[in-house]
Amino acid sequence: MDTYTFLIQLLNGIQYGLLLFLVASGLTLIFGIMGVINLSHGSFYMVGAYLAWSLSQHLGSFWIALPTGIVLSVALGMLLEWLFIKHLYRRDHLQQVLLTYGLILIFSELRSILWGDDVHSVAVPALLAGSIPLTEMLSYPVYRLWLSLVCVILAGLMYYLIQHTKLGMMIRAGASNREMTQSLGINIDVLYRSVFALGVALAAFAGMIAAPVSSVFPGMGNQVLIVCFVVVVIGGIGSVKGAMAAALLIGLVDTFGKVVEVEIGGLRILPELAGMSIYVFMAIVLLWRPEGLLVRRQH
Amino acid sequence: MSKRLLIIGLSIGAVLLVAFPLIGDRFYIQFVTRILIMAMFAGSLNLLVGYTGLVSLGHAAFFGIAGYILALYAPETHAAGFWSSLLLSVSGAAVMALIIGALVLRTSGIFFIMVTLAFAEMLFFVFHDTAIAGGSDGIYIHERPVLMIGSWQPLNFANPSHFYYLVLVFSIGVILFMRTVLRSPFGQVIAGIRVNEHRMRALGFHTFRYKLVCFVIAGAIAGLAGYLAAVQFGVVNPEMLGWHLSGSVLMMVILGGMGTLAGPVLGAFSMMFLEEIFQALTKHWQLLIGAVIVLVALFLPRGLAGLLAKFNISPAAAGQSRRAPPHADV
Repeated sequence: MDTYTFLIQLLNGIQYGLLLFLVASGLTLIFGIMGVINLSHGSFYMVGAYLAWSLSQHLGSFWIALPTGIVLSVALGMLLEWLFIKHLYRRDHLQQVLLTYGLILIFSELRSILWGDDVHSVAVPALLAGSIPLTEMLSYPVYRLWLSLVCVILAGLMYYLIQHTKLGMMIRAGASNREMTQSLGINIDVLYRSVFALGVALAAFAGMIAAPVSSVFPGMGNQVLIVCFVVVVIGGIGSVKGAMAAALLIGLVDTFGKVVEVEIGGLRILPELAGMSIYVFMAIVLLWRPEGLLVRRQH
Repeated sequence: MSKRLLIIGLSIGAVLLVAFPLIGDRFYIQFVTRILIMAMFAGSLNLLVGYTGLVSLGHAAFFGIAGYILALYAPETHAAGFWSSLLLSVSGAAVMALIIGALVLRTSGIFFIMVTLAFAEMLFFVFHDTAIAGGSDGIYIHERPVLMIGSWQPLNFANPSHFYYLVLVFSIGVILFMRTVLRSPFGQVIAGIRVNEHRMRALGFHTFRYKLVCFVIAGAIAGLAGYLAAVQFGVVNPEMLGWHLSGSVLMMVILGGMGTLAGPVLGAFSMMFLEEIFQALTKHWQLLIGAVIVLVALFLPRGLAGLLAKFNISPAAAGQSRRAPPHADV
């Protein structure tokens, strides 16, 4: 592998990791703060991608579709929290798994009714359609760079929000002690609804900006959900920093797993078994640090 | 009074199940066979979810791997032996459960849910992405295994009624086996682990080993169900390991009522009937199934067995609710 190919794969890996971070951070926040395991989180990513496809067709521009999609997904998040998720806070994980599994089926069928089962593609917006030449043969698309940049900015904003704002302080307080926070006069219902809506919007936004680089297809939500579980397990549950580190690692492991060739005893291991690479990575982390990479050991 | 009602109900059920192939037509015999297989599968998951408190979202891995072992082991030109292929499939599933269990049981709670799902998905990708067993299309089992005792062939699996009776015998065997296990000292320990694992550890029990044994037993029974499913359909594909199957079998356990022996059977019957009815109604039947799942999670956390217990019909289920830990929902 020459330097430029390596560079391109490195950028692709980072970009994939950053995208995973957007989805996984919502998952880990919702669990860390509200104690809810949300299997339907991947569906929001899928909904986001379909929204980007359908809105940019109806509204004529990706740049109008994006904010419209964000508003719609925040509204969807609030509605879902009000209808279903708020009943789950004091229930055990089993009922959370069940209810959110039911939501996956509902979203998947609603998607099929509204938008059909076809695979679609979304055009890269004209403003970012170019690519940067690296050699005579190789170049890197501007859109992917923009995508990574947006993710980095969002991650920075989230860090600021959680660590340095009053809302962030409430979120952290609510995560460590719900009753105490409530008795200090903070409206925990509104807080939880906002966090859930934030998580939904992040996942949907990831789906929207991913739509031009990957195709828009029915199973995309479940695919990303399971990878995000791996990210959250490796990073440690409830840890946004951990999610960032793990998402980048997984992005790189997955990307290089598909391009590196590895043979052991004449048997081609990679890229044939590339689909397995992140799970093997997870198994190693579990053996080494079962509570996640960046979580302090409790005992 | 209620106990007599239960015994009468069970006897009627038993007579119906035994006499059913004599009156039912081919389609229904195969349908009920499928239900019994799923009931066995759900029962094995119930051992983890209902009795030990381990919520596994990747149980289809063991169901599917057993089917794949049969498909890969069975020669194309002639039938495989029933006993040898069964033994191989079930022990293969058990070994897989031992390996995966040793890893996933290092975690607990929400981690456990995610990690079981992830490992099942890893197996899914092994069979989906590589050519070892036909990739995403799956692989056919051209000749059904042949059951021989000496030189006598008591059952012919090509005949749906014969196969039905085989599955019925296995289902009853599995239920009796689980009953014995749960009433043994081992069963008492895993019940203790469900209620309070820390306390069991403080009492000197090596809880990891108990959970691992339980995980392996559950994996082996799921393997048995997967083997039978592969024989019935004559084909295996990656969906057999997929997480939709893991999800829907979890649904059967909860819908029926977890932590009761009859619950998963009840759950499998209800779910399969619902699916059949919804499929006849609309092509978007999963929307209805999803709605039922959401409603059950919201309003019926103890499932149908819990509902029966409310009307004081099933003493087993009522006893279960008394034993439930105090933080559970009522």
